[in-house]
Amino acid sequence: MTVRLITDNCTGCKLCLLACPYGAIDIVDGKAQFNDNCTQCGACASACKFDAIVLEVAYTPTIDVARYHGVWVVAEHLHGELRRGTYELLGEGRRLADKLDVELAAVLLGDEVAGLSEELVARGADRVYLAQDPALTHYRTGPYSDVLAGMVNRYKPEIVLVSATPQGRDLAPRVAARLSAGLTADCTGLDIDERERLLVQTRPAFGGNLMATIVCRHARPQMATVRPGVMKALEPDRSRSGEIVEVPVHLDERGVLAKIVEVVQQETDGQVNLQDAEIIVSGGRGLGKPDSFALIRELAEVLGGAVGASRAVVDAGWIPAYHQVGQTGRTVQPKLYIACGISGAVQHLAGMSSSDCIIAINKDPSAPIFNVATYGVVGDLFEILPALTKKLKAS
Amino acid sequence: MNIVVCIKQVPETTEVSVDPETNALVREGVDSIVNPVDENAIEAALLLREAHGGKVTVVTMGPPQAEEALRHALAMGADEGILLSDPASRGSDTLATSYTLARMVRKLGEVDLILCGRQAIDGDTGQVGPGLAERLGAPQVTFAIELEVSDGKLRARRVLDDFFEVLEVSLPAVVTVVKQMNEPRRPSMRNLLKAKRAEITKWSLADLDADSTQTGFEGSPTQVIRVWPPAKRSGGRRLEGAPDEIAAEIAKVIRDVKLASG
Repeated sequence: MTVRLITDNCTGCKLCLLACPYGAIDIVDGKAQFNDNCTQCGACASACKFDAIVLEVAYTPTIDVARYHGVWVVAEHLHGELRRGTYELLGEGRRLADKLDVELAAVLLGDEVAGLSEELVARGADRVYLAQDPALTHYRTGPYSDVLAGMVNRYKPEIVLVSATPQGRDLAPRVAARLSAGLTADCTGLDIDERERLLVQTRPAFGGNLMATIVCRHARPQMATVRPGVMKALEPDRSRSGEIVEVPVHLDERGVLAKIVEVVQQETDGQVNLQDAEIIVSGGRGLGKPDSFALIRELAEVLGGAVGASRAVVDAGWIPAYHQVGQTGRTVQPKLYIACGISGAVQHLAGMSSSDCIIAINKDPSAPIFNVATYGVVGDLFEILPALTKKLKAS
Repeated sequence: MNIVVCIKQVPETTEVSVDPETNALVREGVDSIVNPVDENAIEAALLLREAHGGKVTVVTMGPPQAEEALRHALAMGADEGILLSDPASRGSDTLATSYTLARMVRKLGEVDLILCGRQAIDGDTGQVGPGLAERLGAPQVTFAIELEVSDGKLRARRVLDDFFEVLEVSLPAVVTVVKQMNEPRRPSMRNLLKAKRAEITKWSLADLDADSTQTGFEGSPTQVIRVWPPAKRSGGRRLEGAPDEIAAEIAKVIRDVKLASG
């Protein structure tokens, strides 16, 4: 991929200069000119309003795959803390890097986030590529994708793993399109084909009705978003050492097309931490109406568990989306999952069937949820749940 | 406002089969629907048109029968439907699809807003929207639940893990919407009949002046090498009896689980 200036179209307007995260453009005699800092990230081509900068050679099947080396994990942080999915990616990335006998690097973008580097090393990274700039404080598609694409172009990793969180699913496809890289969404299994040196990616499709294995033979890097809650994180090892590589970036706020106007934390009550919960009580259509979620909440409270929900009730607006378990919601693996009034569409099963123990309560004896349940109860949840909550309160 | 909505025709999720030769999904002979969340994108476009005036163009790529998806959009109230159907676009992965859709949008000239559903229920990737935005060099807003347009700017509320973010971007922009955004309207019988007779614009890759190395199998770096149904599990033990007895049994199971995990 190369950026090329079409001199005749260039008006010297400096939009590209504002957009360039690497300080790689000068205006000479009223025309843009690329200097040695250029990483071919393509930010200038996106910013140009006059078709004066083009990104050439999109996808070339003849790309020299051997020039790409190493496994990268894109770190994600929120409120100054690394997210759990990042640790899972590092655990999995470590395993893949060892199989390939290459380095595992974490990529950390943000402002004043250097302090998180140590944790990334303790969790498995050999190296941390660190890019810091005030414009990177909060995730925004533009600056994050410009900087990440530039880093990939410069250091050429063979594999780039991103969490399949809302942020990762916003960032990864943008960067993959910029790089003309292959990207596989929402993987639940990764491995290495050692003979071909390929990343073998497995993911559910069709709401979990089909599993597909996908490879990317001729383009690099091989990119994947990975579903949180599936891969295993490593215990932090403080004795590990790693190299921190500062990647200088210069972002100009005026070149960023998106402004964050407001961030509103949704009212949560401690019953939504699905990923960490040991016990989850979930409700579905069988509850009949939104108010009946009180039964679920009460039981969850007695058990110190979290509240989950099926897609049907989230789509119906009975409960906020962050409670959703399943293919389009969270994947969870609690010690105990209690499914109440959930029929068990494949889409739901995809997100909870790896739970250690599953109790299903449903009045329809042929509900598919019973196929994955450790204990199945064919009965009326409006009778059973209050009785159960009462019994647990008493004991 | 000139609004383009990109939609996808998808099979009903439970009826899928796979071509053993190409590993591509067999879509023939299967009931097809408009990807559900794409209907929310169409609805959002219609609401914006009602507020600001303009035109709603719905585009799709797929086999000739994908025309039915466009007719559904027309029956909902869209102004024009365009189908890109070309054997050479078969096997397109999300990269090739976003390239092709971007060529379609470019051919339409001045466009203010491009709307897509958050993800399709067949591929479940959610990658085409951002890929399209990149190809168009436009800002993107994913997972939008509310949209507001004024003074050439778009203000959108996004639903993320457990927070909302309000983002302001310049137009043209690409927006992917979530199911909770609105309630898609049901076409009236009259509109259904009208849409049945409506003219669908048909394009081939040649009409798009598309680079053939970026479309179809050739333009798709990812390759599906195996597809299989997930292993069926058989159920465990059934608990039976009166509600009180069942509650007692469940309480015992919970106690055991809690004991086992210390």
